[in-house]
Amino acid sequence: MLTPPLHTSTVLSKLLAPLALAQRPRRVRFPGGYVLSPDPASSDAEAALRPGPWTRLAHALIAASVFLLLPSGLQIFNAHPALYTGEVSRFDSAWLQIGARDRGEAMTGYLRIGGRELDTTGVLGWSGPPGEAEKRAFPAWATLPGYRSLATGRNWHLAAAWGLGLGLAAYLLAGLAGGRLRRSLVPTRAMLAPRAVLADLAAHLTLRLPEAGGYNLLQRLAYLGVVVLVLPAMIVSGLAMSPAVHAAAPWTGDVFGGRQSARSAHFLGACLLVVFIGVHLVMLLLNRPLRRLRGMTLGVQETRS
Amino acid sequence: MTPSRRTWLRGLAAAGAAALVSACDRIAGDKAVRTGLRGAERLNQGLHRVLFDRRTLAREYPDSAISPDFRANGSINPADPDYRALAAGGFADYRLVVDGLVERPLSLDLAALRALPARSQVTRHDCVEGWSAIARWTGARLAPVLSQAGLRPEARFLVFHCFDTLDPDAGEDGRYYESIDLVDALHPQTLLAYEMNGSPLGIAHGAPVRLRVERQLGYKHAKYVRRIEAVAGFSHISRGKGGFWEDRGYEWYAGI
Repeated sequence: MLTPPLHTSTVLSKLLAPLALAQRPRRVRFPGGYVLSPDPASSDAEAALRPGPWTRLAHALIAASVFLLLPSGLQIFNAHPALYTGEVSRFDSAWLQIGARDRGEAMTGYLRIGGRELDTTGVLGWSGPPGEAEKRAFPAWATLPGYRSLATGRNWHLAAAWGLGLGLAAYLLAGLAGGRLRRSLVPTRAMLAPRAVLADLAAHLTLRLPEAGGYNLLQRLAYLGVVVLVLPAMIVSGLAMSPAVHAAAPWTGDVFGGRQSARSAHFLGACLLVVFIGVHLVMLLLNRPLRRLRGMTLGVQETRS
Repeated sequence: MTPSRRTWLRGLAAAGAAALVSACDRIAGDKAVRTGLRGAERLNQGLHRVLFDRRTLAREYPDSAISPDFRANGSINPADPDYRALAAGGFADYRLVVDGLVERPLSLDLAALRALPARSQVTRHDCVEGWSAIARWTGARLAPVLSQAGLRPEARFLVFHCFDTLDPDAGEDGRYYESIDLVDALHPQTLLAYEMNGSPLGIAHGAPVRLRVERQLGYKHAKYVRRIEAVAGFSHISRGKGGFWEDRGYEWYAGI
């Protein structure tokens, strides 16, 4: 029996077989290259937009990293729960501050933004189980680890940052190489027509979401904004805070207007990501969650009846 | 839903959340897990050393950028008797000892230190907590001090032993100390600073001498330096991680 030479692509496809299984419509490949596809309709534009194996791997890596980066970042924030603009901290002019103060009988937590102050006792500034409440900006349930440890938070944050960096690089490379990013995330000319924009807005406001097809306008703008703007800005503002990186590449801080502005941007970017993830998950739950989840994880083909 | 069932469910949810949090904490704080995470620290340090020129200077600012409120962290007024005695005498009896793996151990008083090649720089100090402040630092460059002492070939690190006890409960291990490698030791901006903003260093900021090792976080900038020891390794010193905060879980490479 003839053994065909093993090509790297063959090896790769074998390695990725569990991931790629049924990612595309099942095809039967006959000797000579003749391909029999049982469902000709599935090779349409929609199939071309389905996330490929690299995109799915990158998505998993990014999701896992962000899942660790957010709470460990809050742990780090808790070490100095105040934000400033510019290069340095002018301690009496923080634009955002979380703290606690003694109000006679009980301690109260507060969030101060600009000149406005909110009582956030129990969540921000002062929180914990009854009798064991303590002064801490973000509560134990929101930080990694739950107890106060800047050192452990930094260990996790600086390790998980590698996952985000590599995941985002893989995502962007895979998306740019195959033109998938442009096809699936950059809004088409037709989508940007005023009538189409209004229709898309109306569909979202009434939660009438399209059943199938590629991503709609708001989806594209949200995803594109996160992968080409927010996540890269999180990485650059994170790097800007490193004194060694800042010495070698001062532009990392300058693009934000200084190290403390970069720290503020890093915090605001994290808030944006939390909002994005929230909406992302709600949309997923509203719109055939299992099928969508399968599409982005195992890559199982969407079934039609 | 009846109130009792609601209470019960709420209790169950709280207990579940608490169990989840404590399970996460056990994993997050686990020694082996954290050692694994510290692999990223070596990766970061290696990448910085490969990507960045070792002599890259930290940015220097105009005097107008100097912070009016430069916070002092860690020890701000050491209670150690030997330090109190020196401070009472205006540090006239202060001697900076340079020893360990050197050909010619040194003992320098402040006048001798001030006579050495000096540098003055306005740089930004970044605390590990997240805040920053700018000040002018003036001091003896470390590199000429080291060439005067003559580093032995096997010297790899410099350990800065300090006067202050930051954790009195830890006994001898409560003394502050720090360590840097020779890349940072020989960097032109690495100083034994004796002046801050044009005045002799105040006690809160590390009088009479503190280390400036720009390009690293604040805790590397040891205050109240009493002795510089050249070593081949630091695993035998205190708890072995190369610094007071390093012994308590912080990164030895504090460039991030």
